[in-house]
Amino acid sequence: MSFNSLIAIALGYVIFLFAVAFLAERRAIAGHSNWLQSPIIYTLSLSIYCTAWTFYGAVGYAARSGLEFVTIYLGPTLMMVGWWWVLRRLVRIGRAQRITSIADLVSSRFGKSTQLGIIVTLISVIAGTPYIALQLQSVTLSFAVFSQVEGVSWDQADFYRAAVWVAIGLAVFTVLFGTRNLDANERHHGIVMAIAVEAVVKLLALVAVGAFVVWGVAGGPGAMLARIDASEINLWDQNSGRWIGLIFLSAAAFLCLPRMFQVLVVENADERHLHIASWAFPLYLFLMSLFVVPIAVVGLDLLPAGSNPDLFVLTVPLNQGQGGLAVLSFLGGLSSATSMVIVATLALATMVSNHMVVPLWLRLQGSQHATMSGDVRHVILLSRRLSIAAILALGFLYYRVSGGGTALAAIGLISFTGAVQILPAMIGGVFWRGATGVGAAMGLITGLLIWLWSLFLPSFGADAIISEAVMTNGPWGLNWLRPQALFGITDLDPLVHGIMWSMLLNAGMFVIGSLVTFPAPLERLQGAQFVNVFDHSNAAPTWTPAAAGAEDLLIMAQRIMGGNEAQAIFEQEAKAQGKAGYLPEVTLEFIERLERELAGSVGAATAHAMIGQLIGGSSVSVEDLIAVADEAAQILEYSNRLEEKSKEQERTARALRDANAKLTALSIQKDAFLSQISHELRTPMTSIRSFSDILREGEMSTDEQARYAGIIHDEAVRLTRLLDDLLDLAVLENGQVVLHEQTGNLSDLLDRAVRTSGAYDGRLTILRHRPDENFNLTADLDRLGQVFINLISNARKYCDAATPELTIKVGRSSMGAFVDFIDNGSGIASDNQALIFEKFSRLTDGSKAGGAGLGLAICREVMQRLGGDVAYLANVAGGAFRVTLPPAKNPAKLEQT
Amino acid sequence: MGKRVLLIEDEPNIIEAISFILSRDGWTVHTHEDGMTAMDKVLGFPPDMIILDVMLPGRSGFDILRDLRGNDLTKDVPVMMLTARGQEKDRDLAMRLGANHFMTKPFSNTEVRDFVRDLMRA
Amino acid sequence: MNRPQRSQVMLHRANYRQRRLRDAAKLLPALGVLLWAIPLTWPAASQDAQGGIGSAGLLYVFGVWVLLIVLGAALASMMRPIIDTPEVEGSEEE
Repeated sequence: MSFNSLIAIALGYVIFLFAVAFLAERRAIAGHSNWLQSPIIYTLSLSIYCTAWTFYGAVGYAARSGLEFVTIYLGPTLMMVGWWWVLRRLVRIGRAQRITSIADLVSSRFGKSTQLGIIVTLISVIAGTPYIALQLQSVTLSFAVFSQVEGVSWDQADFYRAAVWVAIGLAVFTVLFGTRNLDANERHHGIVMAIAVEAVVKLLALVAVGAFVVWGVAGGPGAMLARIDASEINLWDQNSGRWIGLIFLSAAAFLCLPRMFQVLVVENADERHLHIASWAFPLYLFLMSLFVVPIAVVGLDLLPAGSNPDLFVLTVPLNQGQGGLAVLSFLGGLSSATSMVIVATLALATMVSNHMVVPLWLRLQGSQHATMSGDVRHVILLSRRLSIAAILALGFLYYRVSGGGTALAAIGLISFTGAVQILPAMIGGVFWRGATGVGAAMGLITGLLIWLWSLFLPSFGADAIISEAVMTNGPWGLNWLRPQALFGITDLDPLVHGIMWSMLLNAGMFVIGSLVTFPAPLERLQGAQFVNVFDHSNAAPTWTPAAAGAEDLLIMAQRIMGGNEAQAIFEQEAKAQGKAGYLPEVTLEFIERLERELAGSVGAATAHAMIGQLIGGSSVSVEDLIAVADEAAQILEYSNRLEEKSKEQERTARALRDANAKLTALSIQKDAFLSQISHELRTPMTSIRSFSDILREGEMSTDEQARYAGIIHDEAVRLTRLLDDLLDLAVLENGQVVLHEQTGNLSDLLDRAVRTSGAYDGRLTILRHRPDENFNLTADLDRLGQVFINLISNARKYCDAATPELTIKVGRSSMGAFVDFIDNGSGIASDNQALIFEKFSRLTDGSKAGGAGLGLAICREVMQRLGGDVAYLANVAGGAFRVTLPPAKNPAKLEQT
Repeated sequence: MGKRVLLIEDEPNIIEAISFILSRDGWTVHTHEDGMTAMDKVLGFPPDMIILDVMLPGRSGFDILRDLRGNDLTKDVPVMMLTARGQEKDRDLAMRLGANHFMTKPFSNTEVRDFVRDLMRA
Repeated sequence: MNRPQRSQVMLHRANYRQRRLRDAAKLLPALGVLLWAIPLTWPAASQDAQGGIGSAGLLYVFGVWVLLIVLGAALASMMRPIIDTPEVEGSEEE
């Protein structure tokens, strides 16, 4: 196999990947994304955890340290198997909060803090760059292996040239498929599909080499095990700290590596995929590791002493004359490297762009806010593309500077440890509401510093950055600051030492910082939403079409600035767009304008948060804006509440006192009402019973008999009337009354009422001015007549003038037509005027005890049902009631007469 | 001439009924309808017994009872209270204020007669 | 006439199963940690005359792996795919 044909195969493979990505993207755009979003694809995409470092390096690791290599896979296995604890929560939060990266998660959790975003981005870039360099190295190394077969030995310049081309190729791929558009969900179907394919290739490659080694070379599993036992590899030569430490490290890194967060959380299309991935991904890892030890053992046996065990996966098949298998293995390694670099670069570029470049750009724009609306998307895309190029350049630079030697090989775990510094802030943030941004920043910075000092800087080798003297004696002779023996702990493995101190102090500062500081309102709000994500969020926020979006925006705007103002703005915008109604097209310009309006109502913080949402990925995502609006509204409410707390308490106390008084009054009223009813019913019953006894006993004259029978009759009628009234009132008060509308002349109605009330007996003189009364009205005339009768009867009964007179006067006021009933008696004392419409009101002067009964209460109920009113007219000599007639139903009818 | 009963009550039909019952039993029944002036009536013409309604125009029967019991002239005159409200607390109040008997409307004629007889005998 | 009641009981029982499945899923990583901590008790090869645990250790570590995968797959397949059941950690009423 010639080197050139290998290049051709590699290029062909890359073109194939481009095609896969392109087709997947096309299908996704066409809406056929169901198949792309299957749990299998999700599981396979997670395989970017297995980089070239593990594809090639695991065998080398096993050759050097035995079983320890497996810890790198055990951690993620535990994490996946225990998905219910952390992953489920992260995925839910990621979806609910539209998280775009791990930096976004931390920043968003702690009140959308720009600073935290920058810190996490920095950590990720510093920790990620060597890792990218490692991939470039492994790809170039594998090329070199093939050229060596042809007898061409690469010099350093060849390596660098190859690395440059690989880096450029990867940058092109990532830019093409990673920054095609600003996807609202920050998902990249093309990339995910490509890495899924690559996942299959690398698994196949490793399993094929492994199967060849076990069955082709060793002669079956049994023989293989014997060979392992006979091998010089010490499978278990453990210092216990590393075993547990590395399992922890790999588990934590699985969550914290930006690229893993990207595929686990950001690219997750459906929470249910976790169900399958929870066991399928451990299975993938299991298969990836299964043949590592056999390959290492066989490689050590077959290849000459001093061969690089990191390349056994390639060199063993080559050594055995299996050219095809070697090419497959090469493609596996290439897949591992490229898929990792693509996703890592994409994730890092998103973070750099969103948390460093764009905020900076926005700040530089500063006062010219008005001009920036249309440009935002361009700026974001451009900054992402530049970030991708910059990160790959950085990776290449690191590879170049470090010399691509063994120093680089050791960087994998150190890189992990750097990424894991984000763990306390992330886990604390999603489980502990008390975590604050200050605490998170303190922890992150502490962890970063310790990691740099005790692991990263020493990794460049003795005297490279940190001098040998400082390593052994500490800086400025401070013994306790020796990079690999902090605080005098000397006997630990340097890696375990670094993990332990960085994690302990990081978490410690985080907790202490959180305990002593007070979070800002937005931070508290976000904290609650993150920690209680299972109470708050729906599983899948659905895409809202633009029309519904405008409506949602309006709702949101109304929440903040009130109905009229919001509607005015929307209407105005719709008109400007040439649309009818009040729902304009949701354009960037419009959102921009709305944002400014909102800022005017609730302060610049909201506007800022909105921009944050904007650059967070979704250009016109309405849900995001609503989320911001809700936050803003809640914050507003919160601060208002703080301000008005004392007032509020006062009000509450007063309201409570009032309610209490009302309750007491009600129960007193109820008591009084019951005893009043009792009195009103028992009084006629007493007469009836007594006289029936008398009649039964006999011994009286016929006259007496007739008289007593008459009394019984009258009292029975009184009793019946009372019961009727009670029922009538109950019906009226419950609103069950059915009104029978008729049209009639007011004058006729008054005539009937006067007649029925028995006022023609001469005791009461009635004065009327008939021309005023002569108009038609439409209402339940029977009910209205009932009111009139009641008022006339009252005057007849209670007017205490020597010659009682009742004036019935019809007039008009702003409230409508009214009828006044004014007698010439002494009227009702002012402190009783409010009482007379109550049931069984007993006026305090007692002069008419039990008399008023239910009449006026019924009058009031009736008039209110009819839409009019009845009131006592104060400041009029004599008893005076005004009945305001119900408003005319049809004005035309009024005119008719 | 029989002993004098003063009936203080404002319902005409009840006045007539009680007057009829007691007259037939040999009592001389005087009646008074107003609460405000009831005390004057009693003091101007001390009866042998008083039947007192609670709900009276002008003044409650309980107030009148308190005055009766506070006056040397009338503190030993038997008083029978009448009420149509029929609440337990009214009975308690009446007894505490010194009523000799408390009767709830409606009553049976024999009940009135028997209690008046009992009270006069005692 | 008893039917609605019975289905209520069944539903409750099914819910109960689901809750216990979740408990098991939560416990699974603890089991993994426990089993994979056992190698810490093995003698180190350099201090052991017989050359350490050898391939038996390899088989043990991979055996535990298979066990976890199988248990995880069994739990996942029995769990209802609906994740949306509102759940407050630690306050399940039964």
